[in-house]
Amino acid sequence: MLRLRPQGLYCEAGDFYVDPWRSVDRAVITHAHADHARPGHQRYLAAAPGEGVLRARLGVINLQTLRYGESVDIQGVRVSLHPAGHVLGSAQVRIEHRGKVWVVSGDYRVESDRTCAAFEPVRCHTFVTESTFGLPVYRWAPQSRVFDSINAWWHDNAQVGRASVLYCYSFGKAQRILAGINPSIGPIVCHGAVEPLNRAYRAAGVDLPQTRLVSEIDDRTSLGRALVLAPPSVAGSPWMRRFPDPSDALASGWMALRGARRRRGVDRGFVLSDHADWPGLQQAIAASGAQRVVVTHGQVPVMVRWLQSQGLQAESFQTEFGGEEGAEA
Amino acid sequence: MKAFAMLYLELDASTSTLHKVDAMARYLRAAPPEDAAWAVYFLAGGKPRQLVPSSRLRELAASAAGIPTWLFEESYAAVGDLAETIAHLVPDGMDDDLTGLARWMSERLLPLRDADPDIQSERLLGWWAHLDWNGRFVMNKLITGGLRVGVSKLLVARALADVAGIDHKTLAQRMIGYTDPRTAPDAGRYGALISPVDSPQARAQQRSHPYPFFLAHPLTDDPAELGPASDWLVEWKWDGIRAQLVLRDGGCSIWSRGEELLTERLPEIEQAARQWVSQDGVGDSGVVLDGEVLAWDATQQRPLPFAALQKRIGRQRISASLLRQTPVIFVAYDLLEWAGEDWRDRPLQIRRRQLVQSLGDEEAPWSVHRLCLSPTLNTDPLGWADLAQRREAARGLGAEGLMLKHSHSSYGVGRTRTAGGLWWKWKLDPFSVDAVLIYAQRGHGRRASLYSDYTFAVWERQPDAEARLLPFAKAYSGLTDEEMKAVDAVIRRTTIESFGPVRSVTPSLVFEIGFEAITLSPRHKSGIAVRFPRILRWRQDKTIEQADSIESLRDLLLGSGAFQSISGVQS
Repeated sequence: MLRLRPQGLYCEAGDFYVDPWRSVDRAVITHAHADHARPGHQRYLAAAPGEGVLRARLGVINLQTLRYGESVDIQGVRVSLHPAGHVLGSAQVRIEHRGKVWVVSGDYRVESDRTCAAFEPVRCHTFVTESTFGLPVYRWAPQSRVFDSINAWWHDNAQVGRASVLYCYSFGKAQRILAGINPSIGPIVCHGAVEPLNRAYRAAGVDLPQTRLVSEIDDRTSLGRALVLAPPSVAGSPWMRRFPDPSDALASGWMALRGARRRRGVDRGFVLSDHADWPGLQQAIAASGAQRVVVTHGQVPVMVRWLQSQGLQAESFQTEFGGEEGAEA
Repeated sequence: MKAFAMLYLELDASTSTLHKVDAMARYLRAAPPEDAAWAVYFLAGGKPRQLVPSSRLRELAASAAGIPTWLFEESYAAVGDLAETIAHLVPDGMDDDLTGLARWMSERLLPLRDADPDIQSERLLGWWAHLDWNGRFVMNKLITGGLRVGVSKLLVARALADVAGIDHKTLAQRMIGYTDPRTAPDAGRYGALISPVDSPQARAQQRSHPYPFFLAHPLTDDPAELGPASDWLVEWKWDGIRAQLVLRDGGCSIWSRGEELLTERLPEIEQAARQWVSQDGVGDSGVVLDGEVLAWDATQQRPLPFAALQKRIGRQRISASLLRQTPVIFVAYDLLEWAGEDWRDRPLQIRRRQLVQSLGDEEAPWSVHRLCLSPTLNTDPLGWADLAQRREAARGLGAEGLMLKHSHSSYGVGRTRTAGGLWWKWKLDPFSVDAVLIYAQRGHGRRASLYSDYTFAVWERQPDAEARLLPFAKAYSGLTDEEMKAVDAVIRRTTIESFGPVRSVTPSLVFEIGFEAITLSPRHKSGIAVRFPRILRWRQDKTIEQADSIESLRDLLLGSGAFQSISGVQS
């Protein structure tokens, strides 16, 4: 049903691609992260809740949207989108043709939160999965515990007048943090790369606490109590000099390993990912009921070998998604 | 254990010295003395022998996690730390264990070493089931004996000094021998560390201990900036084992810089030292020498390669043939105690004068004795330019360069700044060749998950065969984090094959590799072994064809083997 072409994952019967990496006529998009939603396609199809973020990132595009669960017929192929729980508007693409069902899950997270619709298992014959954290050493703690420790860190810093700079990916991770932390601790400042996505989330009906750009803060002393959300790329840049004696931290699944934490050289590493951990991947794969699994990115050979040892038919597609260290992980 | 695990993770996460000292002091104040005793032991680098073979730990962890061993190994390769891998993999425990560190050690972990494999497994599983992540991780670290946490002994001494309210130098002195594997830490020994005054027993015990070693800083600037060369005592930087010879109350002890007691392994030096103090005018009322233990080639009159010394020191029992093949000598640099008096605060030139007087004439051939004086190079007035020229001869002597010690310097503690100036090591530039990266492996610690440990090769070109790359060295240090990331990406792109954690790559990257010494080695495929190989820089300007050949290495070997006798270059 789907095969790999130089442009991306291609459905011949429907003549469309899922998350293609080269310009094509018709692209079905799982979510708006840059490695999945690229500019330059003629027509886009994506989940309705993601319209705002997709337009915020890609500008003017020819976009058709579907509600979750709603289906559309493309040249006799039935296509529907189902929540992937990854970021706002993220979807699994269900493709049905002549009684066979494939699901392309894009990136997904199984623990739900209020910034996006929760992951929904979809039964299929072939499940196309990511494997960003496809090693059994990756097991996430419940997010409430992670937010507790972020709150405690922020609170302790605020007590001594230190800004709490938390590096995180601008789209998805930042909004999930905003929705999870306790906003009564102090003011929240967002970097200019984060703020447009906050607006898109709010416009889509996700309630986020008040955030400000650093230029909007008149009382500089209040920065010593602030939580500052910024993309990791601003570390060490002049932008950071505005904050008095900041404590820095990074929120990412990669922070699960001490080596990665030490390499980053931040004061704290919070293990918070928008991807499924190892048990989450296993759970999702099992819930799909699929006998055949195609692994697209992340720990590909490990996951393929593991699934084969579990009696499944498993193989890989070499895609240009994520890579071994997806930036937004 | 819980409190210690918290401390460990706090130290592990912090990069601030002040914060680390503060965290240790807070822990030590709150901990029962028997727990504090063990904590100090581990923090100061104490290491019990491995309690359970790591192969058993791996198997057990894999089965507890319900995964096959190949998946365990994949996980380990990504994490880069065995204790941490296991902590991640085994099911989360109940976190209801309140046993203190001392009881963990004496009643649980130490008895594991002699237990049956089945009992070991049963106990480990039981403990994992009662510990949270931190607890499991630190327990695994205690078992594997790899509890390195980024604090120096001196920092531990500062934290203890803070707790005890006494001078940290006194504490550094008391801590000597504390991590000796033959005596377990206990509340009594900990009490002696922090007591306001030394007890008579402590004082008696300390009589065989060395002083904390004074360490040199690497010289990176032009030595001319140090002022006139005549203010400095200049000597060879020997490549042996730094040691102190302690002669007090009829006893003789030889301690390495790592505070390991070496006396039994160096009988000829002990004998020479005893003979020396029995002479007129020396006496054993208290003499301490700082110097270097070298393996000595008496016919060539130069040190044997470091590997020979390592082999000799590694043996607990020394056979007669080893004694003959690899004799050792003690080359004295400095006099720290004389006639029972601590001389460390006297100027170096005074200490040196006494050392020369009591150990023999500096001009005389010296290396026939097992205990001898390290020669100085500037007994004649020499300028820095002359000394720089002399330094070039170091390699022919089996030395690494020169040591520069201000003639007024006192003998300090560690690498601290002291009155009268610092000590500098002015090493020779390393040997270097351009080599090609052919294998890569993921690193440990902060390099975990990155392909950061490399095998390098040089060309072997033979007339009737195709040129091939011959591996000659492994190295991992020397690249910046940015470079390491970039190299990691190339490795992932150009992988030919993976065998276990190692990947072979299509050769494309050239690096300048530096090393300190080069010797023949039948055990290596290239026939050559190099010491301290490291990456000097990434030669992005070179193609693999432009890398060096095995011939260049053989030339270096011949050059370094131009055996000059020491007396030949002595002034």
